[in-house]
This record gives sequence, structure tokens and C-alpha cells, in this order.
Amino acid sequence: MRTTFAAALVGAALFATPSAAPAAEAGAELMTRDWSFEGIFGSYDDAAAQRGLQVYDQVCAGCHGMKYVAFRTLTDLGYSEEEVEQIASNYTVTDGPNDMGEMFERPAEPNDTWPSPYRNDAEAASIFGKAPPDMSVIAKARVGGADYLYSLMLGYDDEKGMDLSPGNYWNKFYPGNIIAMPPQLYPDLVQYADGTEATPEQMAADVSHFLMWAAEPKLEQRKRLGIGFMLFCTAMALIFYAMNRRLWADIKK
Amino acid sequence: MATDAADGGNRRDFLQIVGWTGFGLGVAAVAWPLFQQMNPSADVLALASIDVDLAGVEPGMAITVQWRGKPVFIRHRTEEEIAQAEAVDLAALRDPATDAERATSADGTTRQPWLIQIGICTHLGCVPLGNKQGEPKGDYGGWFCPCHGSHYDTAGRIRRGPAPRNLDIPPFVYNSDTEITIG
Amino acid sequence: MSADTPTPKFTGVLGWIDYRLPVISWGYKELVAYPTPKNLNYFWNFGSLAGIFLVLQIVTGIVLVMHYTPHADMAFSSIEHIMRNVNYGWLIRYAHANGASFFFIVVYIHIFRGLYYGSYKEPRELLWILGVIILILMMATAFTGYVLPWGQMSFWAATVIVNLFSAIPLVGDSLVTWLLGGFSVGNPTLQRFFSLHYLMPFAIFAVVFLHILALHEHGSNNPVGIDLTKKDKIPFHPYYTVKDVFGLFVALLFFGAFVFFAPNVLGHADNYIPADPLVTPAHIVPEWYFLPFYAILRSITFDIGIFGFTLIDAKLGGVIAMFGAVLVLFFLPWLDTSKVRSATYRPIYFWAFWILLADVVILTYTGAMPAEGIWPTVALIGTIYYFFHFLVLLPLLGRFEKPKPVPESINKPVLPRAAPAGPQAQPAE
Repeated sequence: MRTTFAAALVGAALFATPSAAPAAEAGAELMTRDWSFEGIFGSYDDAAAQRGLQVYDQVCAGCHGMKYVAFRTLTDLGYSEEEVEQIASNYTVTDGPNDMGEMFERPAEPNDTWPSPYRNDAEAASIFGKAPPDMSVIAKARVGGADYLYSLMLGYDDEKGMDLSPGNYWNKFYPGNIIAMPPQLYPDLVQYADGTEATPEQMAADVSHFLMWAAEPKLEQRKRLGIGFMLFCTAMALIFYAMNRRLWADIKK
Repeated sequence: MATDAADGGNRRDFLQIVGWTGFGLGVAAVAWPLFQQMNPSADVLALASIDVDLAGVEPGMAITVQWRGKPVFIRHRTEEEIAQAEAVDLAALRDPATDAERATSADGTTRQPWLIQIGICTHLGCVPLGNKQGEPKGDYGGWFCPCHGSHYDTAGRIRRGPAPRNLDIPPFVYNSDTEITIG
Repeated sequence: MSADTPTPKFTGVLGWIDYRLPVISWGYKELVAYPTPKNLNYFWNFGSLAGIFLVLQIVTGIVLVMHYTPHADMAFSSIEHIMRNVNYGWLIRYAHANGASFFFIVVYIHIFRGLYYGSYKEPRELLWILGVIILILMMATAFTGYVLPWGQMSFWAATVIVNLFSAIPLVGDSLVTWLLGGFSVGNPTLQRFFSLHYLMPFAIFAVVFLHILALHEHGSNNPVGIDLTKKDKIPFHPYYTVKDVFGLFVALLFFGAFVFFAPNVLGHADNYIPADPLVTPAHIVPEWYFLPFYAILRSITFDIGIFGFTLIDAKLGGVIAMFGAVLVLFFLPWLDTSKVRSATYRPIYFWAFWILLADVVILTYTGAMPAEGIWPTVALIGTIYYFFHFLVLLPLLGRFEKPKPVPESINKPVLPRAAPAGPQAQPAE
């Protein structure tokens, strides 16, 4: 009983932080979805992530960069190398200096990372008042993760935003509710390659799925290895428990 | 062991073997990622190929470009240099190769005026001299490695000194008469 | 079965080496033959477990340094490089980040085991003090390590913690500037923290070595808390090696659950935002293992003085309380005046122990709460009780508490039921 008590205390101590932190910040309760990447056996849904990439490519990338995600890693989502080259070539990156000592622009290649449309944060801030954040790890950098991104994309309220100064919008889920990013998703904004109907909910879900992959590309490998690790440790714990019992049988009488 | 009771002895031994073998395997499994992390990372492995414009390189001239962190020697050879290389008796070479073989791209195109090689001595990795004007070209008119005295001829073949092989040829293809892609 | 195993005479190559450099017989004596009480329960697993987590942290840390760049412009991106490009980099980093938490939980359990069974009492005072030094070094290492990813939490943790020293009268501000290498947290701070974060684990390793040396001088304490004779001891190997390995795999199951299935749960989302000197995150909290001390720091919200003259302002008071909470542990062997070690035979201390543990858990929770509403009051009460336990309760208990009869040996309980109901029932199971 004493051991149980101690374990409960330790458990309470361990989980005090995570349960406490979000409560203090969140404006409204997030809309949640059953993401395929959740759970012990979770993995990314390539079709959803590919649709999400399409949304990202056509909508988000106009303002946001993703400087830690290389185009070559898109093969994880089921793209062929030719398709990756095609996707990359739509972006322009700065390279150089060339033989003349000058920086030059060229189409992106698979080994490049997603460029920001602006030269630097200062330029971006001069346009929007605040630099649009880099999207590489955004799904891990916000409490709530993919649920937060999904909620945020759908949390705009035009009527409440009417009275705000230009360049500010009202969002139910943004801390403080006043956000500099305009609402983005309107029905049929993109033409999905797989023919899925592009409702705002669908696009928000897909792009959140894609951004989760961008933030945590090794998730599938991690969970696969984790299952093996847990099975191995369980087996070894049982074997050593048996060894221990037999060994101590003489001592304990 | 404490006491080996006659009845449980074998089973206990078996358990011991399974247990400690498993423990050893576990340690080895932990060591594996710690070992693997020193191998080239994904971004290094994916290093892009480079395109080189040959237009400005006249016969007798050579340029050096960088590919995967290594110098690549590109030499536009003169008629005499090619003739000199072809005149050599292959049987006398340490690493026999014809001049035409040395000047062949990855997709099988042979253009003898162009010699494209990795500028690293096959002995211990120094960069040989001879690709720039004014540098010693060695006793055979090609390249000379100052570290340990290896002499390469006009086809980049090892002729004298400790190096075991000819200068390595990187994978490259001709995109046009005046442009190649290395890698 | 007694622990009186003589060290065998080594022959061949081993014998040749041992004759000239007696490391083999020494290792045999300390790690194989070491006479260990045969009645240790599973709480004694946590010492060796702490050693294993220390080694895990050092090994994964050395490997991470092969890819990490300690520069303000590149630290964050080098971490992303580790997570995305380096072979198994994500695994090594998650193991290191969660390994820190596990090192602390294991050490905290180890400490509370020592408190419960009186392991700090004569002749183990220095053993205990070395342990407190390890704890302090661990805290400094964990703090400097948390700064290295150079995320928002890293940056602001460095800012807040270093600013603690500004509370010191007269020299405080110069000391802060000296620690930071500038007027705010910046690249010089990052680089020196990196250097120290690499250095201190080896200092910990050295102190752990002394800790074990001191332990082996008089042998391990045991749940009954009496000095044991040789017949009640058994060799460390195989009895405790097998038991420790069993414990290790159970611990790894918990560790694996975090590393593989919830690697970021113990961290903060804000630390995935690159450091920004112009924006403080809305809600900054330290890592969970610092929360009780953080609560104590924030509990002093009033100036302390006499006749309207402030002696210690609230800021300095908080800092003193926080450091005092750790430093008081140095004096524990002399604050606890009872001769009886194990709480099993101390009816009042038994409850004092559990109340202290509950107090620390409450302080941990309080540390995670925003400093508003009832929480500052809870923190203050918790802090007062913490110091009351060590500075008032323990010295008095030694004088007024009437211990239960202590058995003469672990095989001879005083009363048929008294002892076996306690930890005696647990050994080796």
C-alpha cells in the first residue's frame, strides 16, 4: 500500500506540469479531430498529407517559410523523386556567390529547404506588422499541436473583426483573439488532385496533417522502434524477474 | 551461483543464458544508433550534383571546381598531351588504363580533349600540384603530389611514387558540348 | 550464505596485470564480492539506476555534441538538423531530453528512500553530503543544458535564473553581467553554458565515485536500519546485479513510454519557438523537477525587517529560501538527532516523512500554477512547513519521540508481528 501511495505521488508530480500549462493559456477549447498519427500505432495518412501539401503550396507558402524542411524529405509522403523535383522547382531560392561574386536566384532543388518569400523577418514584418512565423516546427511549437492549427484556421469571426484596426482579425482560438493573419480558407480555394471536395474543414484538416508531418517527420519510425523496445524490455523484465526469484529462493527461505 | 539444486539446475542455467544473452543484445542494440549517428547524415548524402560550364576553358588550360567538398580537376588537353599519353606502354603502368578510357563519361561518351578527375592523390589524400599555371607538373607532364612525391602523367595515371591508383574519375555526363554535370 | 567471499587469486594475463595494477581485484571486491545486506527492498534499486541514467546522459550527450553547434545563430537549427538529418538523431535527442527527467525522478526517489530509512545517519554523513553535492551539480547541469536548444523557454529560463543572482546585495548586478558575459542573455551566455554543461557531468561522475567509495566503507544501510553482521550480508553479484537489471528493464519501460510515445510531454511547446529577446512567453515555468524550488522562490512575496527597516527584501528572501531549501539538506545528519535510522521504528517520524513528501508534491504542483489566487498562499504554507520539518520538527523528535523497540538482527524480530509487516516483508520481491 505504501508503495502504491508513493507511486501515486510521483505520478501526480510528473503530470502536474502538462495538465497545468495549457489551462492558463488557451482562449477557447480547441476543436479536436481523430488524427491518424495519434496513438501507439499511429502513422501519417499520405493522402491527407499530400492534400495538405497542396494547400500549403498554394496558400500558406505565399507568406510563410519552412526553413528546416527539405523538399527531398517529401518522398516520405509517397511522392516520387520526379514529383519532388517538380514541387521544388516552383520555388525560387537565392544561391551564390557566383564567379562574379554576385548572389543569384535559381529554382529550388530537392536538397533545398522551403524558402521564405521574404529576404528576412524585418522585410516580412514591414509588410504584415509582424513576421509570419516559420512553419517547420509550428505543430510542436503550439499547445494543442495539430488540433490548434486546425481550430485556428477555422476560428475566424468576421463580424467580431469588423471593429478592429486594419490588418487585425478576430480569431476564437488565438491567445488574445486578435491575430494579424487574415482568414485564408474559402470553399474550393484549391483543386485537390485526388478530387476531394475542398471545404474549409477539409483543407484545415489536411494542412494541419501536413504541418504535423513537417514538424515531426520521424514519428512513424519512432513509434515502430518504440513498439520493439517495449516488447524487448517487457520480455527481459520477465526473464530477469524469473532469474531473480530463483536466485533469491535460497536466501529468503 | 548460490546452490545448484539438482532439480532446478538446468532450467536455471538456461534462464541465465537467455537472460544475460538478451542483456548483451540489448546493450548492442543501444550501441547501434550511437555508432550509426557518425555516418553521413541525410543532408550530406543528398548533396546535389553540380553543373560546370566548359565554354571558357581553352586547350592547355585547366580549372578546379568543388564537388562534395573535394577538388575536381578539369583539364582541356592539347594534341601533344593526348599523343604523349597514348604513346605509353600499358604493360608498364601500375594501374593500366588507356587514354580513351580515362576520358570517358559515366554514360560512355569519350571526348579525349577533356580530362575530368578528382584532384586528390590516391596515396594519402593530398591535392596534387599541376592544375594551375606555374605549378610543377611532375616528370610526366601531368600532376605532381608534393606530400610524398607521386607523379601522374597527362592522362592522370600514376607513373612514379607511392600512390596505388590513377587519379579517380568522378561520375559525370555531358549535357552539351560545353556543359557537364558532375555527380 | 554469507558475504565473506574472498577475492580469488587471478592468474594468467589478468594475474599479470593485477600484480602490477590491482584494478581487477579491486573491481572484484567492490562490484562482485561487495557484502550487501540481504534484506534490501526495491527502493534500493534506485541508486544503481541513477548511475545508469548518468551514464546514459553522458553517452547521449557526447554524441549530440558531434552535431550540435553552440552559437546563438545556429543552435536552434543544429537541433533541427539532429532531429531530421542525423542517423537516429531524433532518438538520441529525445533520449537525452527525457533522460534528464528520468535521472531526476530516480534521484528524488533515491533521496526520499534515504530520508525514510535514515541513511544519512552516522557513519554515513559524508555519503549523504556527497549526495547533496551531486544533486546541486545535477541541477546546474540540467539548467545549463536546457538553455542549449536556444528556444524561447531556453532563453527566458536563462534570463530568469541568472537574474536570481541580482538579488545579492552590492555585487548582484555585476555578478549577473559577469555570468551572462553581456547585459542580457546572448551568444556569450550560450557558449559558456555549453562549456559548463559539458564539464559538469564529469564532475558529477567523480563525486559519484566518492559517493560509492564512502558507501562501501561502511556498507549499505538497510530497511531495518541496524548495523548488520557478515552473516546477514550476501555478495553483490549475482544477487543484486540480477535484481538491478530487473529493475532497470522495468524503469526502461517507463522511459520508453516517454521517449517513443510522448517525447515532448515533459517539455514545453514554447521551446520549439526560436529564442526571441523581445518577447517573453505568456506562461513560463521551469522543468517539472525544479518546480518545488520554483514554488519556494515565489512564496516569499513580502519584505522581512524590524521596526519598519527592511533587512531582506522579497526578492532576496525568495532566493535565500530557494537555495536554503537545498542547502538545509547538508545539515540533515545533525538536525535529525534520533539514533534510530528506519522510520519503521519511529512512530511520529513515519508520519512526518509522509507529510514532507506530500508537502513537496504540493509545492511541485504549486510551482506549475500561475502566481495568483490561492497559489501564493499555498506556496508560502508549503515553504514554511518544509523548513519547519528540517529545522524544528527533526531536532525535537529526536528528544521527545519514543521509538518502537528495534530488533537486534534482521532474523530476530522483537515482536512476531511488528517488523515483518514493514519493509522486512519486501526484500527481494
